[in-house]
Amino acid sequence: MQPVIITDKLTKHFGDFIAANELTFEVDRGEIFGFLGANGAGKTTAMRMLCGLLTPSSGKATVAGFDVYKETEKIKRKIGYMSQKFSLYDDLTVSENIRFYSGIYGMNYEQIKKKTAELLDELQLQNEAKNLVRELPLGWKQKLAFSVSIAHGPDIVFLDEPTGGVDPVTRRQFWDLIYHAADKGVTIFVTTHYMDEAEYCNRVSIMVDGVIAALDSPSNLKKQYDTDNMEDVFYELARKAKRKAD
Amino acid sequence: MKILLFLLEKEFRQILRNKQMIPLLLIAPVIQLVLLPLAANYTIKNISIAVVDNDHSTFSRKLISKITASGYFRLTGYTASYNEALSIVEQNKADLALQIPINFERNLVRENSAKVFIAINAIEGTKANLGGAYLSSIISDFNSDIRINWPAAPAASDPPQITVVSSYWYNPFMNYNLYIVPAILVTLVTAMAAMQSAFNIVQEKENGTIEQINVTPIKKHIFILGKLIPFMVLGIILFTLGLFIAWLFYGIVPAGSLLTLYGSLIIYLFAMLGFGLLISTYSSTQQQAMSLSFFFILIFNMLSGVFNSVDSMPQWAQTIVQTFPTSHFIKIMRMVVLKGSGFSDILYEIGAMFVIGLILNTWAVLNYRKTTG
Amino acid sequence: MKQLIVFIKKEFLQVFRDKRSLLLLFGLPIAQIVLFGFALSNEVKNSKIVVVDYSKDAVTSQIIRKIAASKYFNIEQSMQSADQLQAAFKKGAIKMAVIFPANFAPNLQHTGKASMQVIADASDPNVATTVVNYVTQIVNSYNGQLSSLSAQPLQIVPEVQMMYNPELLGAPNFIPGVMALVLMLVCTMMTSVAIVKEKELGTMEILLVSPFKPLYIIIAKLTPNLLISIINYFIIIILSAVFLDLQVKGNLLLLTLCSILFILTSLSIGLLISIGAKTQQAAMMGSLMGMMLPTMLLTGFLFPVENMPIALQWFANFVPSRWYFIIVKQVMLKGLGIASVWKETLILLGMCVLLFTISLKKFKIRLQ
Repeated sequence: MQPVIITDKLTKHFGDFIAANELTFEVDRGEIFGFLGANGAGKTTAMRMLCGLLTPSSGKATVAGFDVYKETEKIKRKIGYMSQKFSLYDDLTVSENIRFYSGIYGMNYEQIKKKTAELLDELQLQNEAKNLVRELPLGWKQKLAFSVSIAHGPDIVFLDEPTGGVDPVTRRQFWDLIYHAADKGVTIFVTTHYMDEAEYCNRVSIMVDGVIAALDSPSNLKKQYDTDNMEDVFYELARKAKRKAD
Repeated sequence: MKILLFLLEKEFRQILRNKQMIPLLLIAPVIQLVLLPLAANYTIKNISIAVVDNDHSTFSRKLISKITASGYFRLTGYTASYNEALSIVEQNKADLALQIPINFERNLVRENSAKVFIAINAIEGTKANLGGAYLSSIISDFNSDIRINWPAAPAASDPPQITVVSSYWYNPFMNYNLYIVPAILVTLVTAMAAMQSAFNIVQEKENGTIEQINVTPIKKHIFILGKLIPFMVLGIILFTLGLFIAWLFYGIVPAGSLLTLYGSLIIYLFAMLGFGLLISTYSSTQQQAMSLSFFFILIFNMLSGVFNSVDSMPQWAQTIVQTFPTSHFIKIMRMVVLKGSGFSDILYEIGAMFVIGLILNTWAVLNYRKTTG
Repeated sequence: MKQLIVFIKKEFLQVFRDKRSLLLLFGLPIAQIVLFGFALSNEVKNSKIVVVDYSKDAVTSQIIRKIAASKYFNIEQSMQSADQLQAAFKKGAIKMAVIFPANFAPNLQHTGKASMQVIADASDPNVATTVVNYVTQIVNSYNGQLSSLSAQPLQIVPEVQMMYNPELLGAPNFIPGVMALVLMLVCTMMTSVAIVKEKELGTMEILLVSPFKPLYIIIAKLTPNLLISIINYFIIIILSAVFLDLQVKGNLLLLTLCSILFILTSLSIGLLISIGAKTQQAAMMGSLMGMMLPTMLLTGFLFPVENMPIALQWFANFVPSRWYFIIVKQVMLKGLGIASVWKETLILLGMCVLLFTISLKKFKIRLQ
């Protein structure tokens, strides 16, 4: 089957600064693909190019079969997105947020009602349905944001550092949601700097100074660097990094 | 299309939930509309004058009482010397000083001519103009009175006199409220429309929700419509409130058709909201949006003819002012509300606002990038 | 103390990095001075009028010529009949119509009297009164000409002196007002929004947790805006002198000190607004909607305060710009000294101290 994401020497520079340098990789359908790297390594830039938010400087890429230069609007119909700031409306309730984001992807009222009930059930947020998102604890916000991002049934969902600032238990729960979605066939493209989350992915790539320094399954990488955890792998690669975090 | 409905639903929910904004958007303007027209008053009364009568003659006393009886002037100083009178002007206690010199009556009768000295505080521009004009006309009236009653004047040929009969249309009682209430209403609607739309989008930029929108297949123009329409509605509500207040407190009823008025309002809002939109595409923080919009709003409010007279400005300024939507709308307001002008009378103004609005909105849409770089 | 300096430095950096806000901070006064100084005028000039002459004789032509020659009027077109008048007024094409009835000159000769009609569009009563006055003056002087042919006795000759502004320039009327308006509004808005921004971002909490005294926080927040406003004040003074021929006639130091006092007062108002406002938006709208119109209308530069109803005059006394406006006029335009403005200065001082104290108290309460 065709990979859902194909990139070939994808590059982005801002003036003299090369944020992403000739990235070449593929992501298969249903994969959980982790995009690791230190802050400033270029992860977010890469993701934004794939989402159609940023035009690449050179190189090629297709997402869900569509070209990232010319067919960004078509890409957007097939993807979901969760940004670092979670992007839920603080001053709308849980149901209202679900309703809005489902509606703008073209779901009709029937479907929205069904979807809302489903989500509330899955997340156990039935009692909070009418509460403003502002009042939710951080962990719940994140889970809600994730669910909302896949509510319209996209092929791929892009998650930009989705688990910042929550306790390990909540993070674990969040990853349960991700597994659940992956089981249903959604491809997950997630950036993170939590190395333990790398273990949850099918494959990970590690970016250093804008370049992909390693790309393989976690177990292979650990073998390759002769260590039993991803942190060490990362440390090995990252300490050669010249770029400091922003 | 349905997507637009979802957008609108979200916008209205957010606006209605914003507890601090509703009073600011609706109540503060209402209060200002009620109270401030009371402030705006150019009626020519109570111009303070300091008088020096060095003559103490019948004529001088008659002239002075004619001045004080006119109702336009208030005697705030009656001094023994001109210098004292001038210092009263200096202290801001009088706008004019009049000196009737010694031997005034005698010179008038014997030499057929006598001077009086008037000093006007020309810093108070309007009062200077009007005060000076009225004083001159009172003196001139007084002059004619003397001549008519003077027995020794050559009665044979009364000089031919042309009199000017004036009538004031559209505002026969010279009610200044009719001028100022539309002006204040326009100011309020302008400020709200431009700043709100700019702010709203920049807020979404600042808290990241705009990125979420950019990642969806929502078309640019739908998104922008989704932002314009709620504020258009707010603007119309504010305007309607304003008209209601104008009727309730000032008895102002639009002489022209409401349809024309609201039609013009919608086009004006179209232009001003587009302007706010444009500003938002150039701002990344709310402070920037505020800075930019305030800069322009103050200029619009001061120069468009809302509180000043455009015709009196130099040509280059008048040309610049033509590019402001506000200049056209204030004209429409006054024409339709006070004179009952119809749609065909305001064709030029409507056209101008529409074109400006088109330019601003197109510029904004083009500038708005879902994909950067 | 050193900490305070560090804090102030940070504030400055934040302010100066924001290019667009700088546009407002410096560009606004400059643009306003230029525009208002050159463009605004209290004179009513170039009013478009229409003349309908049913008589078309020597007298009417003379009068019409005089009117046309006046800078106050632009004769749009000589209409044939008065039916089109309504339409012309409704179109906003003309401000006034002058109508000479038939047989004007013959009437004047035979009966010694003739009257002409003047119709003014009173939707702007001020302009209407003024243009009617102008026309009346022109006709009066024509009358004077006629009567001088028959040697008028008993002529009172007024000699008029325009004080402080002999050429009747527009600038002296507007610049003091613009100064008051711009300084007040910019200070209030910029300060209130800047402080609320920190509240929104959450960085305010960090400050409050630090050993910084609330007073120091306030001082640090106000200082950049204070300095910028002082610079603005000087820019306005310099621009007025250079471009508008408007120098400071009185003591520059006195004016500057009073201006600083006024700026401090406005900053305090901004501070007060920022304490109440929950979002930047609310702060801005509060400053704008709550301050702009009252400042514009009650300061006294668009409309004289003495003509307002007593209640509003009383209310106007609470608007700081009203007092500052008087000070500027007295010192800058009339060249007077502290003796004539001590009252206003004291009032400003009182307002400043009061506002600042209230803000400081409220600020402290918020922290608890």
